[in-house]
Amino acid sequence: MTQTTHGVGGLSYDAKKRTWPAEFNVFLALIILVGAFELIGRVFLGDSFLFNTRANVDTIFNEARLQIIILQVSIVGIIAIGVTQVIISGGIDLSSGSIVGATAMIAMSFAQVATVNGNPNPKAMFLAQGWTDLPVIVPVLVAIGCGLLAGLVNGSLIAYTRIPPFIATLGMMVTARGIAKWWSKGQPISFPTESFAAIGKGLMPVIIFISLAILFQLILSYTRYGKHCYAIGSNEDAARMSGINVKNHKILVFVIAGILASLAAVVLSSKNLTAQAGMGVMYELDAIAMAVIGGVSLSGGRGSIIGTVIGALIFGVIISGFTFLRLDAYYQEMVKGVIIIGAVVLDQWRQRLRAMRA
Amino acid sequence: MSDIVLKTENLTKYYGGVHALESANFELRKGEHVAIMGDNGAGKSTFVRQITAVEQRTSGKIWFDGKEVNFAGPIAAREAGIETVFQNLALADDLDVPSNLFLGREKVLFNLGPFSILDRKFMRKATEAALIRTAVKIPNLSNTIRHMSGGQRQCVAIARTATFASKLIIMDEPTAALGVQETMQVENIIRTLKANGEPLILISHNMRQVFDLVDRIVVFRRGRIVANLRKHDTDGNDIVSYITGAKTGEAELAA
Repeated sequence: MTQTTHGVGGLSYDAKKRTWPAEFNVFLALIILVGAFELIGRVFLGDSFLFNTRANVDTIFNEARLQIIILQVSIVGIIAIGVTQVIISGGIDLSSGSIVGATAMIAMSFAQVATVNGNPNPKAMFLAQGWTDLPVIVPVLVAIGCGLLAGLVNGSLIAYTRIPPFIATLGMMVTARGIAKWWSKGQPISFPTESFAAIGKGLMPVIIFISLAILFQLILSYTRYGKHCYAIGSNEDAARMSGINVKNHKILVFVIAGILASLAAVVLSSKNLTAQAGMGVMYELDAIAMAVIGGVSLSGGRGSIIGTVIGALIFGVIISGFTFLRLDAYYQEMVKGVIIIGAVVLDQWRQRLRAMRA
Repeated sequence: MSDIVLKTENLTKYYGGVHALESANFELRKGEHVAIMGDNGAGKSTFVRQITAVEQRTSGKIWFDGKEVNFAGPIAAREAGIETVFQNLALADDLDVPSNLFLGREKVLFNLGPFSILDRKFMRKATEAALIRTAVKIPNLSNTIRHMSGGQRQCVAIARTATFASKLIIMDEPTAALGVQETMQVENIIRTLKANGEPLILISHNMRQVFDLVDRIVVFRRGRIVANLRKHDTDGNDIVSYITGAKTGEAELAA
């Protein structure tokens, strides 16, 4: 049954002509990319990208490689979830990488042990105050507080002073990086407690990333908050005239983006067992790139978390693929740039094609 | 008095020294369709903006639905039952039809503040009902507004006013940008509204359309109402002379 009276007024509607979701194309691109690496690997290296070729391991796929692909993008992926909802609602966030840096420094200071090998912890920030060996909830709450504050400043600036998001978050990017360096006068902060170190251990970053992605995909599709993100991104005046409190919504969007960046900071510093002022540099651009590759429109109103997750996987496959082909890291950067541009061009081309058919 | 939906008394709006609207006395009865005509800058849109509280009036009184009203803003006016189809449509291009109809007043399954879960099934059903009531034809409700024709967009914007129990619909040049067939579609919707007994204020420059659709014509010129005529008591030439100022003075409505 393809001819159905869909909609109203008895007009026939051909279900076969329904355009497939944008995520499908992104997923197709991911498969093609994996296929290309597989093919090049088989022809030139005699090795498989995707499948297991070692006799001593009894699995079909090369599970170690698959784990690395997703593990190395999951921390930036957490940021990308926040950035996705910012871009959908018509904004941009350049500050997330610096928020990661500042939050990692501050939160780690509350996650340190008192003694290392029987001696007082040489890196402890708050040894004199006795704020060491605190329960894990303390640094996590401190981190969320930092992200919330940064997001609140971003959002309020954009909503009330009407500075473009690009400028407001650019300011936050510079300021937050300054805070990260000032906090310990440039010294790294190390020796976290066992419980804090457990947050980023093994595949924990992946589990956290996927859980947050599912949560926010549901929020964007099924809640009033999500609907208003798309509405504001596609026509801010219409949203305002319809009675949506656009100012409050924008603040909330940036607060959530800030909190997600701070959660990424917790996972990152826990995984590395140290926090440094230079942490998260360029993460904001990687996060934006993941969203854009995943089909999120920079002009707002279009995109999804699923798309961004696939965009993140494309990122991971490129990095792993280049390592697999034993190519220099320099090429990775160059190709990343080409893929970002290509994704946007393809998306616009597809939109025009769809508009012509409609 | 009880059958009067909207009444204004000496409604006046100054923009600095500009007298955009002066002492407008206007009445609209239940089920009545009234056209507002006039040249550009005659005060038509200014008049509508005072009623819908997009702007705050300089002086004068407004009665709506039997009560004197002072709306704080367009949202308050809408909540009271005045629905406006704006010239720029006020639709979100990337949302589908039900989302646009319920934009800003979504029905929720349970309330969790901003994260309230939407009742999508209800909104879809209500959308279908509203489209049937206004005789709007949209082939696919899940399609986004971006992929619709100008006429379909206008229909969605009009259907939006019919989704909620509105007591007065105001349309600001609803067919200005539409083709012949699309204009016909919109005019048919307006006829359906008439048949349903829903009162309407129509701002239009299209003489044929006005004489086809409404009961009464009000002409604005230089911020004042210069004519208030029943359709059957006047003709196109008469209206044009009021619009251009060839005929002056307040034309009284024949009782």
